[in-house]
Amino acid sequence: MTTHSSLAIEATGLVKVFGTTRAVDGVDLAVGTGSVYGVLGPNGAGKTTTIRMLATLLSPDAGSARVLGHDIVREAELVRGVVSLTGQLASVDEDLTGRENLILLARLLGLNRAAAKARAAELLEAFALADAATRLVKNYSGGMRRRLDLAASLVVTPQLMFLDEPTTGLDPRSRNQVWDIVRALVAEGTTILLCTQYLDEADQLADGIAVIDHGKVIAEGTPAQLKASAGSGSLHVRLLDPAQRPEAKRLLTRELDGVQLEPDPATLSASCADADRGAEAVAQLSRAGVRIADFSLGQPTLDEVFLALTGHPAAEEAGEEEAKVQDERAA
Amino acid sequence: MSADPTREVDSESATEEVALRKALSSNPRPPRPSALSASLTFGWRGMLKVKHVPEQLLDATMTPVLFTLLFTYMFGGAIAGSTREYLQFLLPGILVMSVLFTTVYSGVALTTDATKGVVDRFRSLPIWRPAPLVGAVLGDSVRYLVAATVVVVLGVALGFRPQAGLGGVVAAVALVVVFAFGLAWVFTTVGLLMRTPSAVLNGGFMALFPLTFLSNAFVEPETLPGWLETFVEANPVSHLVTASRGLMDGTATAGEIGLVLASAAALTAVFAPLTTRLYRSKG
Repeated sequence: MTTHSSLAIEATGLVKVFGTTRAVDGVDLAVGTGSVYGVLGPNGAGKTTTIRMLATLLSPDAGSARVLGHDIVREAELVRGVVSLTGQLASVDEDLTGRENLILLARLLGLNRAAAKARAAELLEAFALADAATRLVKNYSGGMRRRLDLAASLVVTPQLMFLDEPTTGLDPRSRNQVWDIVRALVAEGTTILLCTQYLDEADQLADGIAVIDHGKVIAEGTPAQLKASAGSGSLHVRLLDPAQRPEAKRLLTRELDGVQLEPDPATLSASCADADRGAEAVAQLSRAGVRIADFSLGQPTLDEVFLALTGHPAAEEAGEEEAKVQDERAA
Repeated sequence: MSADPTREVDSESATEEVALRKALSSNPRPPRPSALSASLTFGWRGMLKVKHVPEQLLDATMTPVLFTLLFTYMFGGAIAGSTREYLQFLLPGILVMSVLFTTVYSGVALTTDATKGVVDRFRSLPIWRPAPLVGAVLGDSVRYLVAATVVVVLGVALGFRPQAGLGGVVAAVALVVVFAFGLAWVFTTVGLLMRTPSAVLNGGFMALFPLTFLSNAFVEPETLPGWLETFVEANPVSHLVTASRGLMDGTATAGEIGLVLASAAALTAVFAPLTTRLYRSKG
């Protein structure tokens, strides 16, 4: 095993067993400094457990890992000094106000009283929480809570940040805000390990992705490589006039495979691996006088990626992770 | 799908973006806080919770009031011949009982706290490991002080007159709070071993009822059957009651006080590291 100083995370054969479940079953990861690395998988795949080991909250049963050059078991204290964690359960204190949460964290990180207050004010302003600063966090919306959670992780700038499903349960606007924060953070040079169930999210943010299932990394690559391995996405076309559908079907079949009539009498779909061919097919319809109400060129969904990689759908284990988190806490 | 509403070029989002960039630009990590500073910060967290939800002080105020009134007026006449005379004997005992019962809530609070996501954040910080717990128990000492004050003020209102004056009362309260600090570690340990707050509450009260009643808090041990007298005299709660009674009467010996301080130290020495260990391995 050669050590690369440019690696932010270097994990080899990480294993964590809960009872009879091998939650993490030999995970290897190599994450470069300054990048966003996505860990993609369904609930119960072992994402959270992996993150908790790397963040020194759980000790691995086998294997080893170095985070920014520090061993996660022997040098746990050094690891804690350079990382921060935004957990799946919002890691903020619900019984305090947003402002108090940030001052608390700032004081615990060693800022003096005046600096802690100033930093809290600055973060509340930057994360659009200034108006809610003196409200109890239990009265925050999901998006506000998540922003506060991120702000709490950034009181001092971490070299590496663990983000565990940062947008699960958020509305699209809040999700975009979180994504903007992540992008800004990366621009400032922080390395991010991002766990997510959404291919879309990994695609938007990550430079590299590991797909994890049953505690094992089953595929690794750039977002483009993964999507390609999942086979094709699909083109959906809705016509203004359902009567033109047979004509549209004939034209599409010349360009694309798997043309299907959808239950909606004005809509048809085709599988489409590359966007240029999809665009060309739509252009042909339009040139032939088929009037189009709208069309979309879809990426493969996580389900499709999963199906392609594992042969089983991702959704079947939904809910297991939640139960496991509970177990871990009780253990 | 890739259209991003927050990227629209309007002045508001531009300002937000500038603020965000500024807030994210490198903020170096200062040296880590001392053990004391981190503990006091957690103590401050405990106080803030009381500030936001003052109702949680109800158990620290109502129970002492009930105990004091009930025991004085129900049993005063039967045990000592008059309520006034019994109160002189009873008050230090009620003080001990009220404060010790409040320590169970330290365990309950920890059980509730340990299930929350924020604990993960605390555990991932480079701080002195026992700080969250030491801070919580320090913060709880305020509750013990509240319970003690309620008992003393009510007692004086009902006619309790300490021989050793205010100084004696303050010393007795301080001693009881120090012992409570030690005992609280037992319940924080229990709190991390049990899964639900109500289990901690029941378990705690089940242990404290016999310990407080089978002591010299309410009756003179000489009136008891011999085997029970032996138990009562060995009971650490009796030692605490004897010492606080002595401090209020101005008759306490260094040995009596030393014994209480030693048991508080022993409880802390055993159960504080145990709690810290459980807290660390949790999760």
